[in-house]
Amino acid sequence: MALLTATNVRHCFGGLCALADFNLNLETGELMGVIGPNGAGKTTLFNLITGVYRASEGSIQFKGTELVGKTPHQITALRIGRTFQNIRLFRDLSVLDNVRIAHYAQADYSPLEALLQIGRYRREEQRIIENSRRLLAIFHLEALAGETAKNLPYGLQRRLEIARALAIGPELLLLDEPAAGMNPNEIDLLMEFILWIRKEFNLTILLIEHQMKLVMGICERMKVLDFGETIAEGPPEVIQNHPKVLEAYLGEGPVG
Amino acid sequence: MKSALHNGREWLAAQRWLLPVLLLAGFGLAFAIPEYNLLNKYVQLVVMYVGINIILAVSLNLVNGYMGEFSLAHAGFMAVGAYTAALLTMKVLPVVAYPALFPVAILAGGLVAALFGLIVAVPSFKTRGDYLALITLAFLMIVKSLIENIDYIGGPRGIPGIRRMTTLPWVFFWVVVTVWVVRNFVYSKYGRGVLSIREDEIASDLMSVNTRRVKFLAFTVSSFFAGIAGGLFAHLLQFISPRVFDIIKTTDILIMVYLGGIASIGGSILGAATYTVLLELLRPSTVAALLSWLPAIVFEPLNEHVIKHLGVWRMVIMPLALVLVMIFWPRGIMGLREFRWFIPKRDLEAHHRIAAREEKHGAPHGH
Ligand SMILES: Nc1ncnc2c1ncn2[C@@H]1O[C@H](COP(=O)(O)OP(=O)(O)OP(=O)(O)O)[C@@H](O)[C@H]1O
Ligand SMILES: [Mg+2]
Repeated sequence: MALLTATNVRHCFGGLCALADFNLNLETGELMGVIGPNGAGKTTLFNLITGVYRASEGSIQFKGTELVGKTPHQITALRIGRTFQNIRLFRDLSVLDNVRIAHYAQADYSPLEALLQIGRYRREEQRIIENSRRLLAIFHLEALAGETAKNLPYGLQRRLEIARALAIGPELLLLDEPAAGMNPNEIDLLMEFILWIRKEFNLTILLIEHQMKLVMGICERMKVLDFGETIAEGPPEVIQNHPKVLEAYLGEGPVG
Repeated sequence: MKSALHNGREWLAAQRWLLPVLLLAGFGLAFAIPEYNLLNKYVQLVVMYVGINIILAVSLNLVNGYMGEFSLAHAGFMAVGAYTAALLTMKVLPVVAYPALFPVAILAGGLVAALFGLIVAVPSFKTRGDYLALITLAFLMIVKSLIENIDYIGGPRGIPGIRRMTTLPWVFFWVVVTVWVVRNFVYSKYGRGVLSIREDEIASDLMSVNTRRVKFLAFTVSSFFAGIAGGLFAHLLQFISPRVFDIIKTTDILIMVYLGGIASIGGSILGAATYTVLLELLRPSTVAALLSWLPAIVFEPLNEHVIKHLGVWRMVIMPLALVLVMIFWPRGIMGLREFRWFIPKRDLEAHHRIAAREEKHGAPHGH
């Protein structure tokens, strides 16, 4: 069954259409790559899925639920997690709190229970702490639980962002350029890492990436955007030699 | 030397059982002091003002510190609470016969103020920063002119002759309730939501935080306690008028919050206490008394030209003090830090327990 579908999605900023006639059929468990030159509309796609922008036209459905018109927190609570191209951690908060905050929708207690410390409040808070620490441990961040997020080195900040996205308990994970700023060695490890979390957390992943080595290496299917248009779609071998893709990337070096 | 001090502080922070003991002792003192006149009447009054100001500062910190907005409306919520409670005790509730109805009036003041808090919360959904500050300022002015124009509640003349029902035990009780509730709020998912909104509202929403709901709650809790403080204030001062709740009153509360430090309950307690005592020391009569040892030739002109006009100078000095604190001491006494006793044990442990075991089942290392 398709987990995420997009039908004729279009989104324009004034006269500029950042995404047009976009269609998508993402199967459960799939790992799909989205590539394209700068300004192609990739991040806009993520912002449309997660409700940061409301699509001007078209429909986006997650497990049969229409997402267009919902707010970001409603969409996230449906278990869609994401990371950001430019890291957007809660910089002045602790590593632990960054992960705990992402449990907001799952924490099952009312304001009154919180204010008076009654009912489900204590049990739920304990559960959130345990789950957060479990995630931090998996990502080798447990010893840094009390550290302020902004003090983490860049690589760990990227990792914390993924841990935070997983705290949502996502079925669908959207990764926006997770390899930005990494060297080839680190990219190899990241590839292994992404495949590992997919298996471990039963994820379906949509991955934006400029690093061809990464997308070509792990994605089953790819979509190529250019100026908001989908110019190619298919498995890496097809994309690699697709004339339109080569043309779009001309001047940016060879693909692959 | 320094490390001995440090160790002492660490030891003290670990003695959490002291908090309930101190609370009990505090309640005991709150009853004993007026009963046996352990402190003179004036000092008792100042202590009660400190308490009311703690309630105001801790509750304002929720919006201005934890959430990072700049609300100027707090004196407005205080006015709503003060007028509601005073009208109830004077015209509706038979408090003369049943003094037990006094807390009902105070509570009602808080609830009505909380309703007004909702009105300010709505624009905060769409607006932030300077614009929201302007909206809260407008709210403050609207409340003031509304009161001035309703003759039934005294108009610009205000309400004189309110019964003095605020006592030291009541003030102590409400301070404890405020600190406890705000602390519970801060260390819940709603409080963490408020903090994440200050950090990055869009990211917060994308981490499943219902930002509107969280803002609603923050404004409601904040204005509720401002209303409580207003009711206590009215039944202590025994006279309220629109002028009591003007921008200067808001400025006072702002200074207490920023002096004490943002996002810190302990800071607001210290800020309120320091500032209230400082204000008392700067009263013309106090300053005159303090400086009366000066020779008459110096004292008389000083008294005539400066000390007697301290009330006017206050309007200049206090806003200036606010600006200076915000620029040169943005963290205040303990900004972004907290009394350890206030932090739930659960939170402390979760942050500080160092990983004893390396997770066997970990992700591939990135570095
Ligand atoms: N909020 C906005 N307002 C106006 N224009 C926008 C906005 N967001 C994006 N755009 C424009 O939409 C187009 C697509 O932007 P988008 O960020 O989706 O590109 P991208 O494919 O993610 O590029 P990059 O690889 O550089 O991250 C760009 O021309 C961009 O300038
Ligand atoms: Mg982008």
